Amino acid sequence: MNRQGITRRTMAGGLALVPTGFALAQGIDATINRSQSDRNFEVTERELLAGRLPINSGITLDIPTLSENGNSVDVGIKVDSPWTREDHIRMVHILSEMNPFPVVARFQLGYRAGRADVATRIRLAATQKVVVLAETTRGLIHRAEQEVIVILGACLEGG
Amino acid sequence: MSDLTTRITMPQNASKGDIIEIKVLARHIMERAIDAVGLKPSPRKIIHTFRVSYAGEEVFRMDLSTGIASNPYMSFTTVATETGVVLFEWLEDGGARHTRVQTLIVS
Amino acid sequence: MFALVQPAFASDIRPSREFLSPELRAQQDDPARHPGWLWVEQGEALWRAAPPSGQPSCGGCHGSVAGMRGVATRYPAVSAEGALLNLELRIEQCRSQRQGEAPFGYESEALLSLTAAIAARSRGLPMSVVTSGAAAAHLAEGTRLYSLRQGQLNLSCSQCHDDNAGRRLRGDVISSGLGLGYPAYRLEWNGVGSLHRRLRACALGVRAAQLLPGSAEYLALELFLADRARGLTIEAPGLRR
Ligand code: HEC
Ligand code: HEC
Repeated sequence: MNRQGITRRTMAGGLALVPTGFALAQGIDATINRSQSDRNFEVTERELLAGRLPINSGITLDIPTLSENGNSVDVGIKVDSPWTREDHIRMVHILSEMNPFPVVARFQLGYRAGRADVATRIRLAATQKVVVLAETTRGLIHRAEQEVIVILGACLEGG
Repeated sequence: MSDLTTRITMPQNASKGDIIEIKVLARHIMERAIDAVGLKPSPRKIIHTFRVSYAGEEVFRMDLSTGIASNPYMSFTTVATETGVVLFEWLEDGGARHTRVQTLIVS
Repeated sequence: MFALVQPAFASDIRPSREFLSPELRAQQDDPARHPGWLWVEQGEALWRAAPPSGQPSCGGCHGSVAGMRGVATRYPAVSAEGALLNLELRIEQCRSQRQGEAPFGYESEALLSLTAAIAARSRGLPMSVVTSGAAAAHLAEGTRLYSLRQGQLNLSCSQCHDDNAGRRLRGDVISSGLGLGYPAYRLEWNGVGSLHRRLRACALGVRAAQLLPGSAEYLALELFLADRARGLTIEAPGLRR
């Protein structure tokens, strides 16, 4: 298998490229020595929207409204889409309002995903809003948000 | 190199055109960076990228942050197109790359 | 020798899974999403791995780990040498005596993984520890400890896990306090821990002295809890908040 070949085919197959300003090789944020991003939530969301008005429908966001433990909060995301080669979801972002790094995760989907249906588990430092942005290949952005209350445990650990 | 413990749940067989669901767990603490004054600094150590190719073509990529829970879990879908190797790759801070392969038989 | 204590424990003892939120219960039942199975996976790899000593692997003597089915339902148990051993310490015994290696260490990732792999083979099987003979004295001690008021809050295990089972204590729902799910993946721990680690958390909750994992007191309590759970089925690896 030839790496170059894979890359070219991947791009031709319609798999989205990453937005500018992010270092791909480092995942979402290249500042691996920092405990906090220099971009806050509002700035990050504004950058991702890039002047576009989001559509407040189309996303089914499955997060508990009351999280049992902020160390691990289940997030499931489905986005409605005609799912054709020309018009499908190419990228899904999970943003958190209060975490040290506002972009929690980014999923890149191609036509071959068949539908937008992803899940993961995130950390939430405190009660806050979680926002999901989903971009279509036509440049539209769907948006959904949900407040998650994080409750603390009864018996803390003494090592 | 692969000292990463993983669990991949996906069907072994599918009919052409089926949308299959793949669920993946990996054992990793997803350590945040420490840079507070007075503490010994240490860089972040997480799985920052997870990507999947199927029969040689990339079909899924996830970029992770320190906001992803320890022992990262993800699920996603792909359309069964042909019998082929599904290659899973986890890229870790510090440059380590961990891989697993599964074969999907499509009829 | 041991005064027989007959305290009024709850008659309605229910498995921990019934106290879990529907989300956690569903996840505990789904190995595709339950991170505790990563430890099972790791334990099965260790089971097959030859130790540096040149002695056989666990599997070299025991065959497939599938042969460990039902073993966890019988622990803790008194060994041929007369010591009360739980599953962890029984594994440590093979590690040192049969493999000629230093013990893994209580709460080490290796021991937790092997214990999880062996206990998982008893998932769904009913607890059935022996409490007669040499075990009787340990059971009596466990029963005593379970009813003993402890710590600054002066609470016994029973006051929470019998009198208040089903009630909320801050974020938790108090269960019947059984060990069926251990080793368990606890979200609070971001990993798998032993029953004794959980007992230490309960001790801290009432500001009582935390004992060492593997201590005689925790082993006696573990036997009491196993007897209390008689007939209920093993959930390990459990999933807890
Ligand atoms: C040299 C052979 C040998 C090796 C190696 C060995 N064991 Fe054992 N193991 C035994 C024998 C013999 C017994 C006792 C069997 C009996 O009492 O029926 C035993 C008993 C056990 C038991 C208790 C079974 C029961 O039914 O109560 C467990 C659990 C166990 N071994 C786990 C392990 C693990 C885990 C390892 C690897 C770390 C291991 N053993 C390595 C020989 C071995
Ligand atoms: C102040 C109340 C309190 C006391 C006293 C207490 N616990 Fe707990 N215990 C809890 C809470 C809360 C939990 C977490 C919720 C649950 O699983 O019951 C817990 C969990 C447990 C669990 C884990 C159950 C599971 O399936 O995860 C066990 C076992 C347990 N306790 C045993 C004990 C024992 C033995 C004692 C006495 C040494 C004790 N507890 C004392 C409150 C208490």
